Amino acid sequence: MRLTTTSLVLLLALLMLAVFPFVGEKYYVQLISKVMIMAIFAMSLDLLVGYTGLVNLGHAAFFGLAGYVLAKVSPQYEAANLWTTLPLALAVCAAFALLTGLLVLRTSGVYFIMVTLAFAQMLFFLFHDTPFGGGSDGIYIYAKPEIKLDWLGMTGNPINLENFKVFYEFALVLMAAVYLFLRRVLDSNFGRVLIGIKTNEQRMRALGFPTFHYKLASYMLSGTLAGLAGYLAAMQFGFVSPEILGWHHSGSVLVMVILGGMGSLHGAALGAFVFILLQEALSNQAWFGPAAKHWQLAMGLCIIAVALLLPRGLVGLAGVFSRKTRNDEDA
Amino acid sequence: MREAVLRAENLCKRFGGLAAVNGVSLELHIGQVHALIGPNGAGKSTLTNLLSGDLPPTSGGIHYLDADQVGHDLAGMHPDRNSRFGIGRSYQKTNVFLPFSVFENCRLAAQSRQPRAWRIFRSADHYADVNVMAERALAAVGLAGRRDLLAAALSHGEQRQLEIAMCLATQPRVLLLDEPLAGMGQQESQTIIALIRRLAPDHAILLIEHDMDAVFAVAQRLTVMVNGEVIASGEPAEVRANPLVQQAYLGDEHGGRHG
Repeated sequence: MRLTTTSLVLLLALLMLAVFPFVGEKYYVQLISKVMIMAIFAMSLDLLVGYTGLVNLGHAAFFGLAGYVLAKVSPQYEAANLWTTLPLALAVCAAFALLTGLLVLRTSGVYFIMVTLAFAQMLFFLFHDTPFGGGSDGIYIYAKPEIKLDWLGMTGNPINLENFKVFYEFALVLMAAVYLFLRRVLDSNFGRVLIGIKTNEQRMRALGFPTFHYKLASYMLSGTLAGLAGYLAAMQFGFVSPEILGWHHSGSVLVMVILGGMGSLHGAALGAFVFILLQEALSNQAWFGPAAKHWQLAMGLCIIAVALLLPRGLVGLAGVFSRKTRNDEDA
Repeated sequence: MREAVLRAENLCKRFGGLAAVNGVSLELHIGQVHALIGPNGAGKSTLTNLLSGDLPPTSGGIHYLDADQVGHDLAGMHPDRNSRFGIGRSYQKTNVFLPFSVFENCRLAAQSRQPRAWRIFRSADHYADVNVMAERALAAVGLAGRRDLLAAALSHGEQRQLEIAMCLATQPRVLLLDEPLAGMGQQESQTIIALIRRLAPDHAILLIEHDMDAVFAVAQRLTVMVNGEVIASGEPAEVRANPLVQQAYLGDEHGGRHG
């Protein structure tokens, strides 16, 4: 990674996040864990929306699906094995992405939005209305999956994810890993093609790129990473319900990406931080008294303000202070 | 003469009741610049879109003979497939990636010839062969000095040059050039005309152009389209003398440039 201003700021932010559990209260450590998981979710969506030009309004389908896979395969009262359940959850998400992608990617524009939404809603009702899915009450996961390291001579549960600080650092490592992974991917031949498709798909085809295959691969990668976020979230809360598959959840993550800045990975992550922390702050009765009950109103105004004043999202703010942001952010 | 590398047979394209291309047959040969002229709305660009695969024909056939002399039926094929076969095109309306650098536009075009799409951890900038192909294409159209500018920052004429460079960077055997000189200055036009001459010996080129001086300077074969149909085709001098052509097209334009 080049050491640009952006990289330095991100490194600093990462360090601050890493030490936070040692100074923060439990409630906030758990809140930031949730935020980092949502940051993974938002970055996965940004791969589609910001880099491939596909506005997915059913992205929560992958998130929820992975959570449900964990819930269904977890033993009743014991911990599941992360080494088997995580790959399984990701594989199910990839397969679902392949299956739906073959259909939804034949549409474009507003139809793409509608069809992705439709698939997510089908999944929602599958889990909401069938005994198999646990109905509207959802399913509990009583113990977090364990990371077994027996082959390293460490028996038992060496990385105890039940400890909220350990879980926090685990989520942080995965968020950083997803960021670095996507950054590499976007700089590769594959990533350049995606950005080309977003800019001008017709021209990409005229240049000889089978754009459908690239879009399908992007859709699958995005869905799989969303599954990672969903798996982690199900693990953190020990509970899955149909809401995590719903269009409301899909809308929220889309707003995070737009808020932070489409086509910027750290922008998407920043969007997740701002969105959830803002929601937390605006609904705080100690701060806003009775107005806190109507936090969604204030939230709406904040989003409108960003949309009007910062068309490139919050990362566009950096451009106000420095002239040379463009190259950094498009990396 | 060798067999045609690209052959259109009785091609038709209808948009509703309008026959934009009506029964056009045409042959392109390696080593030959085939100019296609005709008034606006004659169906020249539609014909290009049919040959490139951007539009499917309503009826008729498109046959392609690849480098190994194997024949392929291209009617109804997708443009990316045609491009990989070696049929490159440039667009009449500039169609470059404005937010990318000039070099990246060409690098992306060259990358399409070396699809290592699944090596997702290697930076796209590190493929020397692709970079060389891109640099060559830029140099050929005279844009080497502009490589690091954003395409959006180029003048209109330079964007037209980039359009052709991108087509070249895909190493095509057949070039479909849709009004490549439109919007270019005198000097840039000369560069491109010289380039077409240089490419002609080992490429098959279809040149749609309104600039008659350029057409007569480079074309070995000339086809005239009016209202979706071919009214004359042959040696340029012979076609120019054709009274039908004089009446329909050259008559009112003679000696001048068509807008």
